[in-house]
Amino acid sequence: MSQGRPAPGPSALRIVWIYPDLLSTYGDQGNALILEYRAAARGHRVERVDVRSDQAVPEQGDIYLIGGGEDRPQRLAAERLRRDPGLTRAAGRGAAVLAVCAGFQLMGHTFYDEQEGVLPGLGLIDVTSHRGSVRCVGEVVADSDPQLAVGGAGLGPLTGFENHMGTTLLGQGVRPLGTVRVGNGNGAGAGTDGAHAGTIAGTYLHGPVLARNPALADLILSWADGDSAPSPVDERWHQRLRKERLAAVGA
Amino acid sequence: MSAAPVAVRRGGGAERHRVDTTVASQDEGAGHGAAAQDPADLPARAKVAVAAGKVTGAVSRAAGRGSGGVIGGRVALRLDPRLLARLTAGRTCVLVSATNGKTTTTRLIAEALRALGPVVSNALGANMPAGITAAMATDRDARYAVIEVDEKYLPAVATQTTPSAIALLNLSRDQLDRAAETRMLAQRWRDGLAGSSATIVANCDDPLVVWAAGQVERVVWVAAGQAWQEDAWSCPRCGGVLQRTGQEWHCAACDLRRPQPTWVLDGEALRDPYGVRVPLGGLRLPGRANRANATTAAAVASLFGVDPHRAVARMEQVAAVAGRYDTVSYRGRQLRLLLAKNPAGWLETFDLVAGADAHPVLLSVNALGADGTDTSWLWDVDYTRLRGRPVLVIGQRRLDLAVRLQVAGVDFTVHDDLDAALAAAPEGLIDVIANYTAFQQLRQKVGA
Repeated sequence: MSQGRPAPGPSALRIVWIYPDLLSTYGDQGNALILEYRAAARGHRVERVDVRSDQAVPEQGDIYLIGGGEDRPQRLAAERLRRDPGLTRAAGRGAAVLAVCAGFQLMGHTFYDEQEGVLPGLGLIDVTSHRGSVRCVGEVVADSDPQLAVGGAGLGPLTGFENHMGTTLLGQGVRPLGTVRVGNGNGAGAGTDGAHAGTIAGTYLHGPVLARNPALADLILSWADGDSAPSPVDERWHQRLRKERLAAVGA
Repeated sequence: MSAAPVAVRRGGGAERHRVDTTVASQDEGAGHGAAAQDPADLPARAKVAVAAGKVTGAVSRAAGRGSGGVIGGRVALRLDPRLLARLTAGRTCVLVSATNGKTTTTRLIAEALRALGPVVSNALGANMPAGITAAMATDRDARYAVIEVDEKYLPAVATQTTPSAIALLNLSRDQLDRAAETRMLAQRWRDGLAGSSATIVANCDDPLVVWAAGQVERVVWVAAGQAWQEDAWSCPRCGGVLQRTGQEWHCAACDLRRPQPTWVLDGEALRDPYGVRVPLGGLRLPGRANRANATTAAAVASLFGVDPHRAVARMEQVAAVAGRYDTVSYRGRQLRLLLAKNPAGWLETFDLVAGADAHPVLLSVNALGADGTDTSWLWDVDYTRLRGRPVLVIGQRRLDLAVRLQVAGVDFTVHDDLDAALAAAPEGLIDVIANYTAFQQLRQKVGA
């Protein structure tokens, strides 16, 4: 085990999964399971908290996850999160956040709802989302932002599956998570996928994204425990899966 | 008429929508009355359409492209868009729709109604309008039609066939990259069935189904259970959070709640509206999900006067449905073939393999068009249920499954194909669980 990693002890790493009852359409539980698995390998005692949409979001989590869903659950989630200060306070003190698809849009300033038009998000990162004209469905490959690294190495290409109609515009305060080689990411023609700023990352990729990009999982864990070394887990199957998925789309 | 199980013709490719043209004619010559529209009564256009459909189907079969029914049906429907209505006019129609269990329940209802006379059915799961039309054209005389319907097409098929009864079993996430969101489907059912003259036989344990049936005058509620609840936390009407205590559920924000059932699946038996218990232990189809299917089928059959004891006795003859639940010998092993297409289906399937001795489980997952090309759903399935069992993994997306099983703490080995996996497995029984196209490929391989 590398330096800086806490010995297993009473202080658990808390992984908070926000609103699985609304935003868990695309195997989003997978991101929580991957983080739990790798955090345990890093020597953490892990506590996972699934927060249903009639419950308060705890402020003291280490990592927050929010997933994908269609218009209606996204709107309901936004209404409830805007009334709940938990996530905003946690993000304000530097907790790690991974937001996927509809959840990514909610982290921004505004998003678009078919029924009600432009609605406010939480404004935790400098992005705004709109309704695109085409549905983006299929495999995505994006070269990860070279500024992102784990254990001194870049994250490599990000691979995932997208299924959305959103387009997300990035403001000055964020960088894209990746530059798209295959697929759409932040909308048809956008050329980028996702965004990151500080310890918040958003993406349109599911698959789920951390199962196909374990380096991104380690990056998020490093935001939480301060240890930038890769998790000591058997990566054989992850790497074979990545290779196969990249080859499948000729990337 | 014989109560012997109906033999299904086997073989053919891995095409998604096959119709078995021999099944529907099993009862021909049984001396039944011609309740359906007599061929001579069909308008000229419909006659041409049926003939063209048959020719096209025969050509398709000859070309080795499956059993040809769907293609024939498609051609016929193009020539006469009202053909399905014409082919079902005069028959007593029952429709069956759901995310899971619709092929099996269709078969069980058909078996039960054969107590009354010949039944035509799309027995092998060709459940879109073309496949249904082709199946209806194979037997023009059967008085009863029991029709499996794809969830998306239920309102359209209900309009065409004016059914006497519609069985609604469950709705959950399935093939999200190509199908609509689950609640959207429920909305489509609700709108499409509003004002229907059919009696709806619906599962009161599935909130989406309850809401979907909410605008229909006559509903028979069946407590058929709901193992998978992850798509039913949010009230389909108002978005409130659903509260559950035991079997009861209600919305915290509006008045949607579990209706009182008149038919109940109660452990190993069903209970009818008079409180009579009918044991289901004699069913050859295994598991809780099939007891639920049988309970719903008995409720449907009773609408037509078939006593539940008699209905269940007939359902007990069904051993396999389109290859599902079949046990076949192959390379010195007995393979029990189980189909699981989505998280709810996998959950029910784990119920079947649990408790058995620790014989191996072989999993095969594809992500071809008919399966949905997104494998994210694997992470909704609780594979920890397979801990302690030797697990063999094959299929086009075996690497996705390998990562999933590693994180679930399951011991597994990955193999290139079925033969390689079996070479690594002991002789004896192996439970084989596969998703849609993987299942079809396995059936073809082992000759089931």
